[in-house]
Amino acid sequence: MAVSRREFLQGGAAAAALILSGKKAEAGGADAPQMRTKGLKSSTTICPFCAVGCGLVVHTKNGKIVNIEGDTQHPINQGALCSKGSALFQVANNERRLQKVMYRAPGSDKFEEKSWDWALERIAQKMKDTRDKTFKAKEINKKDNKEYVVNRTEGMAFLGGAGLDNEECYLWSKFARSMGVANLEHQARI
Amino acid sequence: MTNHWIDLRNADAILAIGCNPAENHPISMKWIEAAMDQGGKLIAVDPRFTRTASKADHYAQIRPGTDIAFLGGMINYALQNNMIHEEYVREYTNAAFIVNEKYDFNEGIFCSFDDQEKTYDPKAWAYAVDGAGNPKRDHSLKDPRCVFQLLKKHYSRYTVDMVCSITGTKKEDYIAVAKAFCSTGRADKAGTILYAMGITQSTHGTQNVRATAMLQMLLGNIGIAGGGVNALRGESNVQGSSDYGLLFHLLPGYLKSPEFDNVDLKAYLEKWTPKTKDAKSANWWGNTPKYTVSLLKAWYGDNATKENGFCYDYLPKRSGNYSFMKLMEKMGKGELQGLICMGQNPAVGGPDSLKTREALGKLDWLVTVDLWETETSIFWKRPGVNPKDIKTEVFMLPAASSVEKEGSISNSGRWAQWRYKAAEPVGDAKSDLWIINQFAKRMKKAYEKGGAFPEPITKLSWNYGQGEEPEVHMVAKEINGYFTKDMTIVDKDKTLEFKAGDQVPMFKYLQDDGSTVSGCWIYCGSYTKDGNQMARRDLADPTGLGMYPKWSWCWPVNRRIIYNRASVNPDGVPFNPKRVVITWDALEKKWKGDVPDGPWPPMNDAKEGKYPFIMIPEGHGRLYALDMKDGPFPEHYEPVESPAKNLMSKTQTNPAVKIPANMSSDTAKFPFVGTTYRMTEHWQAGAMTRSLPWLVELVPTMFVEISQTLARAKGISNGDMVKVTTERGSIEAKALVTSRLKPFNVQGKEIEQVGLPWHFGYAGMATGDSGNVLTPSVGCANTSIPEFKAFLCNIEKGGKRA
Repeated sequence: MAVSRREFLQGGAAAAALILSGKKAEAGGADAPQMRTKGLKSSTTICPFCAVGCGLVVHTKNGKIVNIEGDTQHPINQGALCSKGSALFQVANNERRLQKVMYRAPGSDKFEEKSWDWALERIAQKMKDTRDKTFKAKEINKKDNKEYVVNRTEGMAFLGGAGLDNEECYLWSKFARSMGVANLEHQARI
Repeated sequence: MTNHWIDLRNADAILAIGCNPAENHPISMKWIEAAMDQGGKLIAVDPRFTRTASKADHYAQIRPGTDIAFLGGMINYALQNNMIHEEYVREYTNAAFIVNEKYDFNEGIFCSFDDQEKTYDPKAWAYAVDGAGNPKRDHSLKDPRCVFQLLKKHYSRYTVDMVCSITGTKKEDYIAVAKAFCSTGRADKAGTILYAMGITQSTHGTQNVRATAMLQMLLGNIGIAGGGVNALRGESNVQGSSDYGLLFHLLPGYLKSPEFDNVDLKAYLEKWTPKTKDAKSANWWGNTPKYTVSLLKAWYGDNATKENGFCYDYLPKRSGNYSFMKLMEKMGKGELQGLICMGQNPAVGGPDSLKTREALGKLDWLVTVDLWETETSIFWKRPGVNPKDIKTEVFMLPAASSVEKEGSISNSGRWAQWRYKAAEPVGDAKSDLWIINQFAKRMKKAYEKGGAFPEPITKLSWNYGQGEEPEVHMVAKEINGYFTKDMTIVDKDKTLEFKAGDQVPMFKYLQDDGSTVSGCWIYCGSYTKDGNQMARRDLADPTGLGMYPKWSWCWPVNRRIIYNRASVNPDGVPFNPKRVVITWDALEKKWKGDVPDGPWPPMNDAKEGKYPFIMIPEGHGRLYALDMKDGPFPEHYEPVESPAKNLMSKTQTNPAVKIPANMSSDTAKFPFVGTTYRMTEHWQAGAMTRSLPWLVELVPTMFVEISQTLARAKGISNGDMVKVTTERGSIEAKALVTSRLKPFNVQGKEIEQVGLPWHFGYAGMATGDSGNVLTPSVGCANTSIPEFKAFLCNIEKGGKRA
């Protein structure tokens, strides 16, 4: 029997679909969007890359993220995503993600694992030492030779924030200024 | 952004200058293309023929760093060809204002320049005032000292021929762009300008932005649907991090961080609260005392009282510039002991990055909080160094990703959108909120036992629940603000009753006497008695303009297009009846449409009318600025490293910028113009993308893009290893030979350009040399943003870096 190229391809595609789905192909079958995520928990999020603010839906199963895709309800992206947004799943599931608190001692050639409590206690001590040693309560201004109260911690700088949530940025700002940190900067300056 | 992403669809012309939305904000193209489907024209102005250019109706090639010449020429074109929106210019901008007799401009220098200090005294640029202290005006715009005439004179020098010989643009392309965009100077047309780092990363970056704003004001394009000056911001929450004051010169809500001579709260408020004698000017920043006191109450709670100046003394006072580049300089001199990086990677992201990597080794301690190993966190084992020689103690803390915590982020269009926690953080990773909370609590405990001036820490109000994780909704509520006591507020014909602890509904109810708390006044209204407005998902679109007022929440007061009082004429009638942003209902005596820029009736209302530019003390958009560090009008200067002489004046570079030592305009050594850029598949310093296999597969390695002519001249083929060198250092990378780059004709000579992405570094899955090894540490006179976009370099075949 003569089979045209077109008929052959059609038959092939149907056969492939059967193999993939493992059951008879039908309308609303395993490949239908609603089936792919059936039984999964979903929540919405906003893309962490550029500032267009596209919406995504995150699907989880037993507390694990199993799928992330564009939010079709979102008025800006209407479900569409760029290559970075589409790859958000690999931020959530990635063996290179940092999982432990790591510490590198002065002059050491390696990181060592530490507990949060140990690291936070030591960082707190470092912050306090630096603040106590470099705190400038007053200074003489060179132009008018007068003394001014400045209450500033000179020896410490805080960087970053463009990847933080608003509530985190706010607390970071509040904490930094309470510490007397004038050296407060982030990505918007570069 | 004055407007927002979806609003791009309302434009008749879209000018993308110094940005590449198709590449770096890909989903924005959905709305740009929606505009094009309705006949809107896309115009791309860029040194490279970008993905955006490939979609554009008009493309003009521009030499890096010559944007003021380009935009100044468009200002001149609009004025000469009578394409401006005259009523808008006369009524809403400072065109009619008279400038004092001292103002002068000569050979690239404005009056009052101190050549020793490299600074201007902007007082010399002030308006001439009448007996009552108000600026003098001439509504006929004919007075030779009025802003309009000075502007006309200033930009008359920016002829098409002059501009094109500076920018290297083909004359026919330039005229096509000027014509297409300036045609939106009519009341029934809208033009939007999109920009990004191509505009800001320059020694005259702020003046570049001003030039876009001035052109838009002349064309009547600010405040309207499909108009505006729109910064396409690069990080998901760089809008929010700016809003919350993570910059040396700011406190949350764009309040200024105190300077050393603001000796007490009174002096601070005196210095930073602008004044006007004109009853028609809303002068919104006149509310500075209310916002400042509400912030101090949020920070110091009951400890902040009227008697102690609401703990103003606890704030650090600045004396000078602590911008990113200055901090790196300080670090290099060993003047910093400690550095904390919250998701920032200065070893890749800043200019002259070899110097920054060296400087990190001068720290006593370094904390990085990130999802990944970054070049900064492993700087001590970077290629070419011996870890034994580096004494810095390093703490690398694992942070939760965006889907592993709850909170809001603000997009470029100022929409604060809520995100939910989908899963627990991986391993021992923790949210930044948890980490910051731990820092604060441990510091409070440590300072209870004493130390240098402990009160700012021990008295800090810090109550975010009893749980292990701080309660993010409590933080969001504090940001919005609440009443500290029962209050009765009479607002026109309404009497409002509030109880202590009630959320403040909007910032007009904030007080300067301590009776309200608000951590960031511009977000007041985001979390009210009706709940978390940022989490809203209602798709109603009553105006039909795509504003979606009940989707998320946008600052200020959910106003989707700011300066929208300029979208109507002085009687409140929309300039464009087809795209009505707001309209005055004379019967009901109220505005309809978007949230107006203030409730007052239209400007012509004799009793209560107000000018539309409410954030400026004189209420009018500034074609002529009074507070820039480098002049009232944007003027063309060459980038600090340039292959060209400034044709416009004898002043080669921005006179208000001090030039550091490691710069070179020796074109014999460095004959090519270097420029850096970004791409869809990677993001910023690369940590967030260079470890994602799908993206690494798409763009696996660092490359250097050159033209076919330069490739031929240097004997370089596509895929060859090349070395690129500047006065700062050299890198190796693969050559990408394309027809997207073309040389420029600069004063009779063909000058080639070299394009470099800056996403790469030595950490992560895909590694490569960093473009920023090459870039200079010199920045904008106003903002100190580095000149990443225009420098001089050389390129050679063969890979060895120096």
